[in-house]
Amino acid sequence: MKKIEAIIQPHKLEDVKEALKAIGVDGMTITEVRGHGRQKGHKEVYRGMEYQVDLLPKVKVEMVISDQRADEVVKTVVNSARTGKIGDGKVFVYDVAEAIRIRNDDRGEAAL
Amino acid sequence: METRISNLEAAVKSAQSAGDNAWMLTSAALVLMMTGPGLALFYGGLVRRKNVLGTMMHSFVLMAVVTVLWAIIGYSLAFAEGSPFLGDLRYLFLHGVGSAPNADYGATVPHQTYMVYQLMFAIITPALISGAFAERIKFSAMLLFTVLWAFLVYFPLAHMVWGKGGFLSAFLGGKVPALDFAGGTVVHISSGVSALVCALYLGKRKGYQVEPMKPHNVVISVIGACLLWVGWFGFNAGSAVAASGLATSAFVATHFATAAAVLGWMLAEWVHNGKPSVLGAISGAVAGLVAITPASGFVQPFPALLIGFLAGLVCFFMVTAVKSKFGYDDTLDAFGVHGAGGTLGALLTGVFATSAVNDGLKDASGKVLGLGLVDGNPGQVLNQLIAVLISWGMAIVGTYIILKICDAVIGVRVSPDQEIEGLDVSMHGEEGYNFEA
Repeated sequence: MKKIEAIIQPHKLEDVKEALKAIGVDGMTITEVRGHGRQKGHKEVYRGMEYQVDLLPKVKVEMVISDQRADEVVKTVVNSARTGKIGDGKVFVYDVAEAIRIRNDDRGEAAL
Repeated sequence: METRISNLEAAVKSAQSAGDNAWMLTSAALVLMMTGPGLALFYGGLVRRKNVLGTMMHSFVLMAVVTVLWAIIGYSLAFAEGSPFLGDLRYLFLHGVGSAPNADYGATVPHQTYMVYQLMFAIITPALISGAFAERIKFSAMLLFTVLWAFLVYFPLAHMVWGKGGFLSAFLGGKVPALDFAGGTVVHISSGVSALVCALYLGKRKGYQVEPMKPHNVVISVIGACLLWVGWFGFNAGSAVAASGLATSAFVATHFATAAAVLGWMLAEWVHNGKPSVLGAISGAVAGLVAITPASGFVQPFPALLIGFLAGLVCFFMVTAVKSKFGYDDTLDAFGVHGAGGTLGALLTGVFATSAVNDGLKDASGKVLGLGLVDGNPGQVLNQLIAVLISWGMAIVGTYIILKICDAVIGVRVSPDQEIEGLDVSMHGEEGYNFEA
């Protein structure tokens, strides 16, 4: 099992969700986060006080899927989240040791 | 026939009184609305989230504290005849302040209407100061400060400018007749200059110019500023103390100046920073409202536009360039907007005041006297300057003494831990936003 963690532009969330739904991925967790990579932030000015805002709003999408689907899901996320500009985000893939469905104690891929 | 005429006269008088009183009670309510929710929202949105309730409380609690003071002794000290500098105690506990008009202040409305209308001014003035000490003053110290400030600064100054026989009164026999229609000196210079003293005395907030201190909710500040704009019609047009043509003139001047000030500030900011901010636009509105306050019942619409536009530019310059040059932490720019805007407005009143708008000043033979420089009376500018200097002086000396007293008795500033925690939790034991609830 793999965990796919994608940090994406908030406005691309709907596209990513639609694309994942289209290939049959139906479980995910979304978190609103802030961060930055190479993307510059922006300047805000309040009555002459300047603030450099370099942590920008992003959305983190997390899902756990079977090993054989990992490449396909990553490709789908990357394609649907891409605008081609700095700030599009990143995707990380992790190995998952175990998954348990709380409702009935299913284990492994059966729990996904 | 004579009975019918006298009945008719009585009916006319009663009809006028009904109209005037309706407007004055409405105005009183509008001015209260400026403090709560107007100023509470305006200031509340500009502080950090952990201080939103503490900041709103600074405005709200004064609606209670000053009211009680006013009933017991405040109105008497401010508006009873007495010395040129303070009223006597004839209206102690509002004795004799009833439904019969007081001809000196408003011949067609109950004296009690005038009393409660003036109370709303006494409430908002100290609330304006709270912009300077926001986010770091002890609540108990703020209460003591306000009570002492009312006695040492507000009541005397209100008496000097508006009270019968007051030293600076233009219409009720003052030695140096200064024109202040709705409170440029009494309200805005007094609060704005006191605010500067408070900001200097308390020192900067922890982390000022190091940590980000962005306004936590400019949206509620916009709502607050709009309520201030609307409420200000009661403040300025109500100061005619009648539903008269003068009230209309003040209403129009107020609105025009405010509009021009929005554009002035916006323009300056656009040129200076590359973007016109919403916070700038609403700050411009308040600057314009402040500056037109003393002039509102004396100037024509086009000078009002000019006064407003200049106020937008000057106050922008004060809160950006001047504040950062001197480095004082006037947290919500009470000085930059009210002190500077009030001073500008008071001086320009001496320039643009005209008897074409306000023919209230007459010589012994009943001839209408010219008012400002535009009426060929350059001396009025000097009178305005004297009133400005006296107001500055009283605000500086009074506020400094009071802060010393408060510091000695209870200490004015919260502890560093309390400041980091925020005034909402440390002073009031609650939070403004409980999203999990």
